[in-house]
Amino acid sequence: MTMTDTTTAPTEESVRAEVRAWLEANWNPNYGLVEWREKLCDSGWGAPHWPKEWYGRDLPVKFNAVVDEEFARIGAVGVAKAGIRTLAAATILAHGTDLHKQKFLKRILTGEDTWCQLFSEPGSGSDMAGAVTRADKRGNKWVINGQKVWTTSAHKAHWGLLLARADWDAVKHKGLAYFILDMKQPGVQVHPLKQMNGHASFNQVFFTDAIVEPEMMICDVGDGWTVATTTLMHERRGADGLRSWATASQKPGRIYEEERAEIATTMEPYKWYPQRAGRVDLVMQRARETGKINDPVVRQEVAKLLIMAKSAEWTARRARAAQEQGKPQGPEGSLGKLVASNVARQAARVHTYITGADALLSGEDSPMGGVIAEILVSVPACSIAGGTDEIQRNIISERVLKMPRETSVDTNKPFKDVPRNVVAPR
Amino acid sequence: MRFSFSAEQEEFRGTLRRALEARSPTKEVRRLMATDEGFDRDGWKRLNQELGLTGLLIPEAYGGQGFGFGELGIVLEEMGRSLLCAPFLSTTLAAIAILNAGSEEQKKALLPALADGTKTATLAFQEGNGSIDAAGIAMTATANKLDGTKSFVLDGHTADLIVVVARKKGTTGSDGLSFFTVAGDAPGLTRRKLKTMDETRKLAQLTFKSVEAQPLGIDGAGGPAFAKTLQQAIVCLANEMVGGAERLREDALEYVKMRMQFGRSIASFQTTKNKAADMLVDVELAKSAAYYAAAALDEGDKDMPALASLAKAQAAEAYLQTAIHAVQMHGGIGFTWDNDTHLWFKRAKSSEILFGDANEHREKMMQAWGQQAAE
Repeated sequence: MTMTDTTTAPTEESVRAEVRAWLEANWNPNYGLVEWREKLCDSGWGAPHWPKEWYGRDLPVKFNAVVDEEFARIGAVGVAKAGIRTLAAATILAHGTDLHKQKFLKRILTGEDTWCQLFSEPGSGSDMAGAVTRADKRGNKWVINGQKVWTTSAHKAHWGLLLARADWDAVKHKGLAYFILDMKQPGVQVHPLKQMNGHASFNQVFFTDAIVEPEMMICDVGDGWTVATTTLMHERRGADGLRSWATASQKPGRIYEEERAEIATTMEPYKWYPQRAGRVDLVMQRARETGKINDPVVRQEVAKLLIMAKSAEWTARRARAAQEQGKPQGPEGSLGKLVASNVARQAARVHTYITGADALLSGEDSPMGGVIAEILVSVPACSIAGGTDEIQRNIISERVLKMPRETSVDTNKPFKDVPRNVVAPR
Repeated sequence: MRFSFSAEQEEFRGTLRRALEARSPTKEVRRLMATDEGFDRDGWKRLNQELGLTGLLIPEAYGGQGFGFGELGIVLEEMGRSLLCAPFLSTTLAAIAILNAGSEEQKKALLPALADGTKTATLAFQEGNGSIDAAGIAMTATANKLDGTKSFVLDGHTADLIVVVARKKGTTGSDGLSFFTVAGDAPGLTRRKLKTMDETRKLAQLTFKSVEAQPLGIDGAGGPAFAKTLQQAIVCLANEMVGGAERLREDALEYVKMRMQFGRSIASFQTTKNKAADMLVDVELAKSAAYYAAAALDEGDKDMPALASLAKAQAAEAYLQTAIHAVQMHGGIGFTWDNDTHLWFKRAKSSEILFGDANEHREKMMQAWGQQAAE
């Protein structure tokens, strides 16, 4: 504790002045990416809302925007922010031991380590707490067997956030443990999972006697679900539609080149995501180009789509306005994910009407170099990924409308007695 | 402004809601809808004067309070919620037409009586063909004498003052349109109350035989004022509609939570929960569009023709769909006369059609956006 800690609280002006002075004294585009980010870790300016002892400055999160503005003003590169690594950092900061913080946080910020999230399984998608990947204690080590799926970037990841079952006599949510798993070991095999749109953004991960050292367990057996909730909360926070896509500066120079390469790798799995949302932005232009704008039936369908998309946008802005004014969240704040599915489906329908026979084609034979074809076969993901429409409706009806939950049949007995999917042995 | 209400506006809404809950329970709605007039003159006069309702939008210079469509939208939404039986929408539309078409002297002469509630009024523009377009207006005005028939006129059989849209002989489309005012008891005017599916919304057919009328504004140049009046009218209606839709949604939700079948609340069945979630989506999106359009009117948004039609189309689909689900969620009781659901179901149906249905407004929106792109 130093004397300065007891001085006046930081203000936007004081934070801006401080970060500006530091950047002017230290920023140099000739640094290597990791070399520069180590300086950011030492100074705390890479993650100013993190604790002082862990590479931050203990600043309220509201000042991050000011710091970001100053980085942008001078053109300085920030810490690695894209990908699952941010979820790992949030989870470790909230629940990890000092050893975890020491070993992982800095290398997350420098971008040296990449991470993946090992939650979903073939037998448990919406019912994530029904995971059956086994964690068995042998000697003092944990031995992992089972299979995970929908794992973005697992083929590149150094570390995985693993949810596995360690106690089969406990009820569903109480038998789970949460581990940090070394992905680069013989017991871990990663296979790409090809999707119906031809991309392979995700992986299947197989564990055959994979080893976790005892100190890489993040909480006691039984608390795994609580920790997983932290990770998921940060994932959903990032999926509220307000985030900006990671974009790299186009400036020349070594550090910018290294950052561009990093972002290209991290964002590669997400390149079809705009098509997944239906590309409403292309509809009017395409309807005019094809002349279908003059077809009264198509006009009705286009109008339905645009009305839905506009109303959805205004509903999200109502939610944001209420949040900014500190009002309690109204029902309008819980609808975005479900509405986005409705919009995407109608958009795919409209793109089909507009495109006509050309919608039979794919790739370079199809309109806009394959973009339209990609919309048509990507939209089905929208209503599944990140919580299916059905789960969203349950959340809305139970949390917003206060309707009763369905009677539970799997939470009142040892998990080993709960009927579950049989996963074929590999 | 387009995305939230101020604390004062929320407080106004609360006061209004409490007043309407007290004055317009469904028992009272049922009593009034069975009368020929469709409202209680003395009761409405008192409520209107206490809360300053018809004067809300009218500028202070003409005896009103000079608020905007944002505040008016709140009033309409609450009235749609309570199904208040009163000539509010009709009088408001007449006031809007006078504001858009009338001269300064005419506004000073006509509006104070509407603002203070001593007179009710309506706007007569549609005819037997039901068209909401200028082209559908066939009634002629020759030397300020009106001949022809107006139909689907809101509260037309009871209004003290009628604002009429007619055209010069030999003109078409929006050319040659003029606004006129006619007293409800003018010689040569025959008023017939129409039997309506939605008994809470009274409509009349008005037959004019050489009726002496007072011109409103510049003779033959009423086209733009008519277009503007229609946009404002449908935004008003859309705001009224979302109030009714929300009330239906809430009542249906309350019912399924209470209703037991198979030994459990039917609100615990996923099929019911899914429906309730979808209803919330429909109603909230329609509210967003209606609020946005009302605020856009106050801000003089150039995109107004499209935004007004968007709000009406969205409200029409949402209100009717909510009504269909609400009857279904009530089951057999929901199809009975004694259950209140049908009161709003019929209001949903009548509002869907009044001033143009969803198909028509989607087309109008596309035309408005098409013109913009061509500019």
